[in-house]
Amino acid sequence: MSEDNQNINKPGNNDDIIKNVTGDDYKYGFVTDIDTDVIPKGLNEDVVRLISKKKNEPEWLLEFRLEAYRHWLTLKMPEWAHLDVPPIDYQAISYYAAPRKKEGPKSLDEVDPELLDTFNKLGIPLQEQKALSGMAVDAVMDSVSVKTTHKEKLAELGVIFCSFSEAVKDYPDLVKRYLGSVVSYRDNFFAALNSAVFSDGSFVYIPKGVRCPMELSTYFRINAAGTGQFERTLIVADDDAYVSYLEGCTAPMRDENQLHAAIVEIVVEDRAEVKYSTVQNWYAGDKDGNGGVYNFVTKRGLCRGDYSKLSWTQVETGSAITWKYPSCILQGEGSVGEFYSVAVTRNYQQADTGTKMIHAGRNTRSTIVSKGISAGHSQNSYRGLVKVLPNADGCRNYTQCDSLLLSSTCGAHTFPYIDVLNDTAVVEHEATTSKISEDQVFYCNQRGIPTEEAIGLIVNGYAKEVMNKLPMEFAVEAQRLLQVTLEGSVG
Amino acid sequence: MGSLSQYTDIYRDHREALDGHSDPVINAMRAEAYEALKGKELPDRHTEGYEKTSIEEMMAPDFGLNINRVNIPVDVAASFHCGVPNMSTLLGIVVNDSFHPVGTMLSRLPDGVIYGSLAKAAAEHPELVGRYYGKVASLDSATTALNTMLVQDGVFIYVPKSVALEKPLQLVNIFSSPTPLMAIRRVLIVMEEGASAQLLVCDHTQDCAQKYLSSQIVEIALNANSRLDYYDLEESGEGTARCSSIYARQESGSSLLINGMTLSCGNTRNDYAIEIAGDGCDTLLAGMAIASGHQHIDNNSSVNHRGSHCHSRQLFKYVLDDDASGAFEGGIVVNEGAVMTEAYQSDRNLLASTGAKMHTKPQLLIYCDDVKCSHGATTGQLDQEALFYMRSRGIGEKMARTMLMQAFMSEVIDTVRMEGLRERLHMLVEKRFHGQQSFCGDCASGCASVKKQ
Repeated sequence: MSEDNQNINKPGNNDDIIKNVTGDDYKYGFVTDIDTDVIPKGLNEDVVRLISKKKNEPEWLLEFRLEAYRHWLTLKMPEWAHLDVPPIDYQAISYYAAPRKKEGPKSLDEVDPELLDTFNKLGIPLQEQKALSGMAVDAVMDSVSVKTTHKEKLAELGVIFCSFSEAVKDYPDLVKRYLGSVVSYRDNFFAALNSAVFSDGSFVYIPKGVRCPMELSTYFRINAAGTGQFERTLIVADDDAYVSYLEGCTAPMRDENQLHAAIVEIVVEDRAEVKYSTVQNWYAGDKDGNGGVYNFVTKRGLCRGDYSKLSWTQVETGSAITWKYPSCILQGEGSVGEFYSVAVTRNYQQADTGTKMIHAGRNTRSTIVSKGISAGHSQNSYRGLVKVLPNADGCRNYTQCDSLLLSSTCGAHTFPYIDVLNDTAVVEHEATTSKISEDQVFYCNQRGIPTEEAIGLIVNGYAKEVMNKLPMEFAVEAQRLLQVTLEGSVG
Repeated sequence: MGSLSQYTDIYRDHREALDGHSDPVINAMRAEAYEALKGKELPDRHTEGYEKTSIEEMMAPDFGLNINRVNIPVDVAASFHCGVPNMSTLLGIVVNDSFHPVGTMLSRLPDGVIYGSLAKAAAEHPELVGRYYGKVASLDSATTALNTMLVQDGVFIYVPKSVALEKPLQLVNIFSSPTPLMAIRRVLIVMEEGASAQLLVCDHTQDCAQKYLSSQIVEIALNANSRLDYYDLEESGEGTARCSSIYARQESGSSLLINGMTLSCGNTRNDYAIEIAGDGCDTLLAGMAIASGHQHIDNNSSVNHRGSHCHSRQLFKYVLDDDASGAFEGGIVVNEGAVMTEAYQSDRNLLASTGAKMHTKPQLLIYCDDVKCSHGATTGQLDQEALFYMRSRGIGEKMARTMLMQAFMSEVIDTVRMEGLRERLHMLVEKRFHGQQSFCGDCASGCASVKKQ
């Protein structure tokens, strides 16, 4: 893809460059022709019951769903974000779509070949022979987990990594204990919706003292038309455990907007560490802003144990509209929260993303580094909260938000909320907005680097601080994504 | 129903009395404001931008309104004289909302300059007042519309083309009433092309125990190449609630300095909305807030860039002690086409006690790429190392803390361009940190005399 770009690009001609970039095809925009089990559109209590029944869920989970659904009815869609969201008809969405299968696949041979093809196209090492890449993968298509690899190897260590529905069946105690403990269904509009209709997702449990030997990874894909994706991820790292978790997402190109409302809950116990990385590349709509995924996600981690650590890293390049604030509740003494983000918007994309750091424990620390890059007619906002509660002595926060503007029609905005209720806290926030400096480009030109490459160089350097935090496998993908999105989009 | 209805009811019931005391220029806007308020509520904690200060609650108590223009007798000369050394000013006093010139002030004004009551100006120069009145402020804000609907008097300042006022204007707002009172005040400042002036506004409360609510809207129209320095000093009592909005519109080449200083207050909310309409403007918005006890200060600023090649800077500093709470929300908006804008904002806060709270929300909204914008916000305590350094040199802890806090605030005071005032402010701040009521030494305003007893 990036090679094609370079062939067409004539450095210095900005119009061509912009056209070229905006004309880029979305590489993951194919539709897989497999038999899908879709329930009729609309949402009511019967639909919630139907989803629960289809998944053979126990009574308590159905109750949880129903309570969430009833609460959702009382809520209104939030409007405070700096987003222009067209009205969403929640009755026009199908809340359950699953690749049809007779029985759960026992081995890869039984998995629908079309499906395997899909994941091969996405470059996901689902097949065991590709396991050498050292990653355990859970692939979720249309909100149902299709296949989880490496299960046996992980099981030896006591690590549980499986689809959410399996977890409900096999480890109901664990699920019951942690489900909704970080993101309650009362939390917000989309969390309530997800709690009512979530279909699947991943469940991870790392037992005490275990350092997970490989990266755990989930790939999400929306395939069927007219459906929403509502998955749920629950990660629990027990005392002294460590895990690095990756998440990637793609969707086919469609004219209509698709809704993705997920929940990620993470519990980190004493001295445990969780690293959560996302490369989000949902279909972003065409160059006129038609279609694309609405990405309304609630992600939150609870650093419950003392000296625990949670680190969020995200590269956001997709989605027509993003509404997402991965947060840390720093409850344990000396716990650490980190948030590293690169958000790229172009064409008519809108992103309102950031983080929340709630300092509840003593001597807790948090770092926020957010890099926004906007091009075309897009709007890119950082919105973050740093809150220090009255009893949290000795807290420290450092926030840095930079925005890069690549066209005269785009917008870059910063909305930090800083609430300090304790006098021993030190909280710092810094934000800058600028375009790529002409001096820097000139310097590169002088040394024989064409404008095109110079911009790539500068942007890469700009985002490096965050890219460095990504695990190797993802860093490569993220860099490629950045290139596809950005090369030449200079106004 | 919110507390807004009690005010719209007053308007409906006393429309004739209100209209009867004012001129058509003001009455026309009154009706417009009434229409604008329909379907609106006063902002409360659930309104974005008002999370920490509920105007709804502030205005809920039953305050008296002086609709029938009952004269509250105040011996102006006796109740107030302010002697900032090395500074002689053209002084006017506003008691609640009515303007009283002091001494021979009026005769010393240069030709063409108007400095006096807004109601009087509306009667004498309806065309001039009508051209600017209500044109800078926006009725979209419920608090502004409320003020416009009920206002009867205030201050009008007009500086004609190319006139530079040498002497600073001084305006002293005094609250004086035997009963809880809501003063609705309006200030309109028009600077014609190339004019320049300095204005110092002091807010005082005569009886610190009495409950007052001030609703004040200031409109500033800066025509091309004009210049205004506006210093706003609040020293009011614990019982005073203040809801003030300053709106300014700058045309090409104009320069504006606003420095809002809160030394003591009850519950204060200041809004600053500056629209930079022309090219090549210069704007400096500074703010200083010192609060202790249960005082609450909320500053909300928005600098809106429409013209190109403009430069704006915002600097806000807070020192909060005891159970005081502070809030700051500051915005920089750079619209499409506002190229070569440089806009900076800085908010620095010190929490001096365990009960103090600070909420900060600096914002950037940028719709244009050829700009340089940044904001920074910090909340913390005094530097322990600096404190240790001073103590190791024999300075007592309390003294050392005071000195550091003073140094912290001096950055804001140094933006003041009037030398005499700058010195006076350093002194006031020092006194304030020493725990004394911060009234000026020479100020004989009622508030001070009450404390002295």
